Amino acid sequence: MCGIVGILNELGEVISGKMVIQATNAMEYRYNGLGGGFAGYGIYPEHKEFYALHILFPDRERRNKVEEILLENVKIVHDEKIPIREGSPLSSKYIPWRYFIDPLNTSPENSDDAIIELVMHISSEVKDIAILSSGKNMGVFKATGYPREVADLFKIDEYNAYLWIGHGRYPTNTPGWWGGAHPFNILDWSVVHNGEISSYDTNRRFLQMWGYNCNLLTDTEVIAYVFDLLVRKHGLPLKLAAYAMAPPFWKQIDRLNEKEMKMIKAIRMVYGSALLNGPFSIVVGRSNVMIGMTDRIKLRPLIAAKKGVMSFLSSEESSIRSVCSDPDVIWSPKAGEPVVSTVGGK
Amino acid sequence: MKTIDAKDLSYKQLNEKLFNSIDDGERQIRLTNVKGQRYIAAGCTLKDLEIEIEGTPGNDLGAFMNGPTITVKGNVQDATGNTMNYGRIIIQGDSRDVTGHSMRGGMILIKGNIGYRVGLHMKAFGNNFPIIVAGGKAGDFLGEYMAGGILIVLGLLNDDDERLIGDWTGTGMHAGVIYVKGNVTEDQLGYGAKLIDFTEEDREQITPILREYSKNFGIKLSQLNKEKFTKIVPVSYRPYGKLYALKI
Amino acid sequence: MFVPPEFKVIIDQEKCIRCKACTIQCSFEALSFSDEEGQIIADNNKCVCCQRCMAMCPTKAISVIKNPIVYAPHPTWTEEKRRDIYIQAQTGSAILTGVGSTQSTIPYLFDHLLLDACQVTNPAIDAIREPMELRTYIGRKPRRLEFKSLNEDYELKTEIAPNLLMETPIMIAGMSYGAISLEAHKACAMAAKEQGTFFNSGEGGLHTDQYIYGDHIIVQVASGRFGVHMDYLNVAAAVEIKIGQGAKPGMGGHLPGEKITEPISQTRMIPVGTDALSPAPQHDIYSIEDLSQLIYAIKEATRYEKPVLVKISAVHNSAAIASGIVRGGADAVVIDGFRGSTGAAPKVAEDHIGIPIAAAIAAVDDRLCNEGIRDEASLIASGGIRCAGDIAKAIALGADAVAIGMSVLIAMGCRICKKCYTGRCPWGIATQRPELRKRLNIEIAAKRVSNLLAAWSLELKEILGANGMNSIESLRGNRERLRAVGLDQPTLDVLGVKPAGR
Repeated sequence: MCGIVGILNELGEVISGKMVIQATNAMEYRYNGLGGGFAGYGIYPEHKEFYALHILFPDRERRNKVEEILLENVKIVHDEKIPIREGSPLSSKYIPWRYFIDPLNTSPENSDDAIIELVMHISSEVKDIAILSSGKNMGVFKATGYPREVADLFKIDEYNAYLWIGHGRYPTNTPGWWGGAHPFNILDWSVVHNGEISSYDTNRRFLQMWGYNCNLLTDTEVIAYVFDLLVRKHGLPLKLAAYAMAPPFWKQIDRLNEKEMKMIKAIRMVYGSALLNGPFSIVVGRSNVMIGMTDRIKLRPLIAAKKGVMSFLSSEESSIRSVCSDPDVIWSPKAGEPVVSTVGGK
Repeated sequence: MKTIDAKDLSYKQLNEKLFNSIDDGERQIRLTNVKGQRYIAAGCTLKDLEIEIEGTPGNDLGAFMNGPTITVKGNVQDATGNTMNYGRIIIQGDSRDVTGHSMRGGMILIKGNIGYRVGLHMKAFGNNFPIIVAGGKAGDFLGEYMAGGILIVLGLLNDDDERLIGDWTGTGMHAGVIYVKGNVTEDQLGYGAKLIDFTEEDREQITPILREYSKNFGIKLSQLNKEKFTKIVPVSYRPYGKLYALKI
Repeated sequence: MFVPPEFKVIIDQEKCIRCKACTIQCSFEALSFSDEEGQIIADNNKCVCCQRCMAMCPTKAISVIKNPIVYAPHPTWTEEKRRDIYIQAQTGSAILTGVGSTQSTIPYLFDHLLLDACQVTNPAIDAIREPMELRTYIGRKPRRLEFKSLNEDYELKTEIAPNLLMETPIMIAGMSYGAISLEAHKACAMAAKEQGTFFNSGEGGLHTDQYIYGDHIIVQVASGRFGVHMDYLNVAAAVEIKIGQGAKPGMGGHLPGEKITEPISQTRMIPVGTDALSPAPQHDIYSIEDLSQLIYAIKEATRYEKPVLVKISAVHNSAAIASGIVRGGADAVVIDGFRGSTGAAPKVAEDHIGIPIAAAIAAVDDRLCNEGIRDEASLIASGGIRCAGDIAKAIALGADAVAIGMSVLIAMGCRICKKCYTGRCPWGIATQRPELRKRLNIEIAAKRVSNLLAAWSLELKEILGANGMNSIESLRGNRERLRAVGLDQPTLDVLGVKPAGR
């Protein structure tokens, strides 16, 4: 089932996590307590030029192993336990830690790829940990529990961010474990997802060819990697990347003018294995951008709204209205067409 | 008019208060501060009950409903009027996906736009005849698998050249009629639907419906009625007869 | 030496009206009329169970049954093995047979695989009401695309190599004009055109009557280079270099002189009555770089306007070969599994050489993915594809499309008597004799083949819908959609499929 939320301040001004907690809690009947999570952008202004790694460790031994690998590859500028609220109802199976790191021996234009490689490497070397996020000036917090419990555990109400993503889970095929909750993240891409990707294995094999390994046992993982591959690595503008992920049907493409038809046909031909099939609505965050999108035949709900400089996305209108009772405009986006809001408002 | 404040109530609690008021004899009830509570008035069979909703009702508003009139002063969410048998839902905003799913009777009138798969599985039976009228435009799969009733799309908020319905309209339909203001092209239809002429008889049939719509939203009937409509009907009542071969 | 006939013809003399039609209809001369006895008599040794007489008898007086005479049973020396020895002792020759492998002990891998369906957590999609896309583009795809843009108005910059547009991922496999009649050949082309797909015209050249279907024909350049000239290459939609076929890996083809009639001679551009021999290797291809050279020779000759495919039989190192073929410039690799059929092949090859297509496709798909080149060329699977279930499984194992051969002939009326190489096909399919060719009505045959393609396409859509997908791309290589029953772990590893229940 799941519920997804996204909130962006188009001026880049930070707002308290309380808003995303409220909007996410408003749909609690959509969840079953087997997962909740948040991503906040702009939460680490004092370390904003370093990659912030959020990792869950089951024990000290695993943490030592990871730190060994880190020390070989990066400079750890600062690290600490992610603060948790004492007496929180979620018994902490994991020790949550954050590292602010600077890759060694890498030029700036290669540092993103180096971080991805590092994250993939650590995940395959050290079992039973979960790397929650690896972007700059942002972080993902998630666990098995209701979103309000996760928010309480990680003290989300005490963070301030200009972009918040929230999620509550009702898992389908995969076990409820902390690493399987949403948001899923690679670098500064975070994805929350309602639905199921029926093309998962096809997408996974395609991503593997390009160096992304899917380890987290949940189909949502491929969405984050597809965005990173298509938009960051291949440089596709968002609108064209959306044509790869949720393309119009051939019968609709055949109706278009020659230029458009040739372009979208080529995208489908080259990126057929990136097509995300199955019902989905997603909210995707990246530094300065928030994207909302549904599958090509709109099998999952998504509502978008704007008020002044604030942009909202949610699975239900009532969730948006719980934090913004009177939006300037509120609508349901078309199937397969991304709704994009940016800091700077472009 | 009895007022029930829905603030901080779960959907179960809100419906309990609603049904308790009905038991106390109330027949005009206003719900305020509604924020996403689902299933409001689900299964209610009172034909003389009027409910007014301020706020945003949640999914499945009036599901399985068999009587009341509900007026919503804003937008609704998915599956409004799900399997409703009798009654009215008047929406002074937009409705979303799967509105009127499996509706068998009654009327849903929407001021604004409607979502995807509206009127899915609508069926008429005996004296029951379902009607949905939308003031704006509709998404893909309108009237999917329709088996009776009338769907009307008025496009009042839209430019003349805007498409008022999406693709795969009437896919799988085997009874019922869809009327869309203006023109519709063949390629917008799904398997089993076809376009035929809109006649004076059609106009006579829909005028009373348009009159209801005009009353509820304060739009002049003459403005609604002067338009040209396109009529969409099923090709046959057994559109899938040839698809399955008997094994010899 | 007395060898019991395989079949026995039984005539109900009371029903028989002595019209003698069966004596003409039987092209194997198994039936004749005895004036003395005043009735039809059968020479059971000549009967091949082609069912022609049964179909044509106006009173349904004829039955052909399996000869009930029992061979003394023995598990090692089966009836079939014994019969083969009898023939070889008689002739001193390799046994020739039509159709494909009769190997029954090797598991049919597709029959051990089952597909998934979605419920509740991920709903199935209603295939007959909602859009289901089967459209498939076969050919080379670039790894990346470049766009130019003016403000937010984007335009494609990258040129994509020519691809074949298939409206359904099923094409008709190569069957040569010579092995089959012109009527059957035309019926295939017509059906392919009607369904928006392609027919591979095989290695026998292309009759000029077929040129009008050129947009839907893939022509073959095989080792005998029969009928290969510029008109032939130019009229077609694509060109396939045939290295091998599943029925007889590593062996050549042979169309006996009896089947080289005047029209065949014209089309193949060889003298009437000579044998048409396609040697095993293409004599200019002794290493992979030679293949690459031929690929580019064809591309140059056709000005890069047509995709060039390469067809190989499924053998042990198919994965490595396929990788080489893709890197050598081919736009698609066609892999023919060991159960592929043919008009004439040595039985020993059909039964004992080659590997199943399911294993080959899985291995090739894995290899190309591991090398990061999977989308540089399309993969087409063939060899014993019998139903839509097989097609879906082949695609889930990694194929972009499948090619069907035998099933098309069965749709036209083939009864699998396996005597194609005699040229006596009573149904007018695998023969060149004018009086037999007349028996196949082209329009009816074309319609039946078209129906088959349509029916399987519909079933494919239903399978897609059941799996919660509305586009065939999402099934390709999606091993997670398959589960296996009764296969050992190493086979599961090759297929990349989990056992049912996991």
